[in-house]
Amino acid sequence: MIRFDGATKRYPDGTVAVDELSLEAPSGQITVLVGPSGCGKTTSLRMINRMIEPTSGTIWLDDTDTASLPAHELRRQIGYVIQNAGLFPHRTIVDNVATVPLLLGEDKTKARARAMELIERVGLDPAFAKRYPAQLSGGQQQRVGVARALAADPPVMLMDEPFSAVDPVVREQLQEEFLRLQNDLGKTIVFVTHDIDEAIKLGDQVAVLRVGGKLAQLAAPADLLARPVDAFVAGFVGRDRGYRALGFTGAGTIDTHQEPSVAVGAAYPGHGAGIDGWILAVDADGKPQGWLPTGEEQRGDVVTDAMLYRGGTLAAQGGSLRAVLDACLSSPSGRGVVVDDSGRLVGSVTAREVLDLIEKRG
Amino acid sequence: MLTLLDSASSSPWYFFGYFLDHRATDLGWLWDHTWLSVVPVVVGLLLALPLGWLARRYSWAYPPMMSITGLLYTIPSIALFVLIPPLLGLDPLTPLQVPIALSIYSTSLLVRVVADGLGAVPTETVQAATALGYRPLARFFRVELPIAVPVITAGLRVAVVANVSIVAVAGTIGLDNLGRLFDQGYTLSVTEPYYPPIVLGIVMCVLLALVLDAIVLLVDRALTPWRRAVRSR
Amino acid sequence: MAAGGAQPMIFKTLGWLTDPGHWRSTPFDTGILGQLGAHVGFSVIALVIALVIALPAGLAIGHTGRATWVVSVANAVRALPTIGALVLLVVIISPHFYGRTNAGFLIPTEIVLVVLAIPPILSNTYAGVQNVSPAVRDAAFGMGMTDRQVLGRVELPNALPLIFSGFRSAMLQVIATATIASYVTLGGLGRFIYDGLAQKDYPQMIGGGVLVAALALVADLLVAVVQRYVVSRGVSGRFHRNTSVDSRVAALVEENV
Repeated sequence: MIRFDGATKRYPDGTVAVDELSLEAPSGQITVLVGPSGCGKTTSLRMINRMIEPTSGTIWLDDTDTASLPAHELRRQIGYVIQNAGLFPHRTIVDNVATVPLLLGEDKTKARARAMELIERVGLDPAFAKRYPAQLSGGQQQRVGVARALAADPPVMLMDEPFSAVDPVVREQLQEEFLRLQNDLGKTIVFVTHDIDEAIKLGDQVAVLRVGGKLAQLAAPADLLARPVDAFVAGFVGRDRGYRALGFTGAGTIDTHQEPSVAVGAAYPGHGAGIDGWILAVDADGKPQGWLPTGEEQRGDVVTDAMLYRGGTLAAQGGSLRAVLDACLSSPSGRGVVVDDSGRLVGSVTAREVLDLIEKRG
Repeated sequence: MLTLLDSASSSPWYFFGYFLDHRATDLGWLWDHTWLSVVPVVVGLLLALPLGWLARRYSWAYPPMMSITGLLYTIPSIALFVLIPPLLGLDPLTPLQVPIALSIYSTSLLVRVVADGLGAVPTETVQAATALGYRPLARFFRVELPIAVPVITAGLRVAVVANVSIVAVAGTIGLDNLGRLFDQGYTLSVTEPYYPPIVLGIVMCVLLALVLDAIVLLVDRALTPWRRAVRSR
Repeated sequence: MAAGGAQPMIFKTLGWLTDPGHWRSTPFDTGILGQLGAHVGFSVIALVIALVIALPAGLAIGHTGRATWVVSVANAVRALPTIGALVLLVVIISPHFYGRTNAGFLIPTEIVLVVLAIPPILSNTYAGVQNVSPAVRDAAFGMGMTDRQVLGRVELPNALPLIFSGFRSAMLQVIATATIASYVTLGGLGRFIYDGLAQKDYPQMIGGGVLVAALALVADLLVAVVQRYVVSRGVSGRFHRNTSVDSRVAALVEENV
């Protein structure tokens, strides 16, 4: 647990970066600090491991006042991941990861063995271990950064915009793996980002800060989207928040209709086969492949891949309402396809039905 | 001469009087020193521009060019002075050995500087210039070279200041320039220290280096008005 | 006249250089080997002193970002004409040692050599530490390194390429200036150049030039080799491009077993 108790950072020129911040980051959870530039989110984070010393107030790490330890000893107990990773260019990947265990006096063989374990754990090929940071891509470097922060198995991790310097595809991948990793490790994490979507995706709780270093709202992501406390938070969390909030609502036991289907490679179906002129095409395992318009004469005798309309997204059974609604809206037939865990067709649902469900629950 | 010797050590400022007494010779040496310091840098720049461009344009040319220029720059000045005449088939004590040696130094230094300066021009800028329709030669002179000016002038400042010091070394092997003042001072100090020519030589060398450095700096300012715009914002 | 005069001079120089009598010392004359030893001796003393002063100073200034004016002052010294400084110091200092040892020439020479060698080492060390990326320094402190550890384990290794290039340029200047130290009647390879000049023995003069150039090139090569082994490949950018992934894994496995 990390607790800010009236923590303030005021610079000699009078600017206040963080103003009387009080909040608690519960153990085993991800607390995200988010806000526009100049809101003091990074300053707040860096006050935890005393990369920046608070002007007043106290920051507690469990029952320890962080100011009571020598700064370097405090930092060795706290994992630290920054934008651009900050890997040591002169050390190989494995030695980068082993840094903190070695600082703590662990022997070299053991520290390296542990480092190798972590390199694999963050999804890197062990062949990278002997390479140098300059030989890795940005995304790979960031994984090493995470592995390095985890090396001494600290209970607490601080992450300062760790994924913001990589491209969107890699970022999404890193976020997914980060959540999977956290699921296994259950660290107490404070995470800084300027990206509200990332905050909502990753946070167990989200703290929105406003310029001048004041806490505007601390809430679970769904609450933040549903009940922003004021115009600033509402503006910051964005325009699509109603739709995004559906991402936190499980579809639960939404009733699906049976959906007629045809296998790719089977005979081309006639007019009456589908519903409203569309039939769902599946592969041999029953996994949806796309939509097929029925009853067009010149189509030929057999259903082929080239005939399919593949625009529709698929919603997983038990997933969020947002995913189900999106499946409906993106489907050319207007019917959203729901699949089970192994990707096989369960049935379909219409946008009307999803909206009714939302209203009923609302 | 004897009277000079007597009054010499008494006043540390006597070198000014010494200068007045030997004005004609000293100013002549100052002039020799100036052109010996400047002309090789100009020659070096004129040679380094095409060579540096080649090193950038053809990547295979870069490593050997840097090795050769690095090697030449490694040879101590006094050694290069005495090696030039036999290598070029000139008289052992030709007055040309100093400007030739210094031109070699300046070229060696500036080829790297020009290549690195051109290398520092952002790729997008070069591509934008190409897309706007510049041909390679016009692009080089109107876009790449102006952007590389700060790096190149920084190299020129190093070259000019170094040259002033190296030229003085040539004075010790009897070639005319401010270095002769040190030769004189040393010869006159055999029995008792005689400072005026030595101090005068040092002062004039330092002043010359500072003035030449300032001139390069002014040229740099004049050629890169956009940097002042950034500074004043 | 050009070609005709040149060939014999080159042969005469080669003749001077290859005459075994010129290499050994006699009771009256110091040979090439003796002067080479003296030259290397002056240079090593000056470089060691300069390193002891400039390296810690550069590291401290770069790490703390304080007292950067020291670097500017050191750099301004470069405008000083070395030969002038040498002559001045000899004239000031040598009378105090007159007739006893060659300390009267050795001390001013070493002072000038040290003063020359300090600026490149100091400013490159400073720049090398300054150039370490802020993210790297931030990560180092953030992981709990002390100031001393950040400097020694992160900033110094990453500054090494620049430190080496500063040291190499200091070394070349020292070797060059030790040559002109012969002008003030001290030993060293410059002796042959100035003696050759005075005696109009041009093969000796040119031979001296060849020896000085060779010494500079060999010394630079030696340091370049040391640099290759001391600087991490991650910093110098020399990676094994052709090693396959498999052999790298094998190497790693071997090391861990």
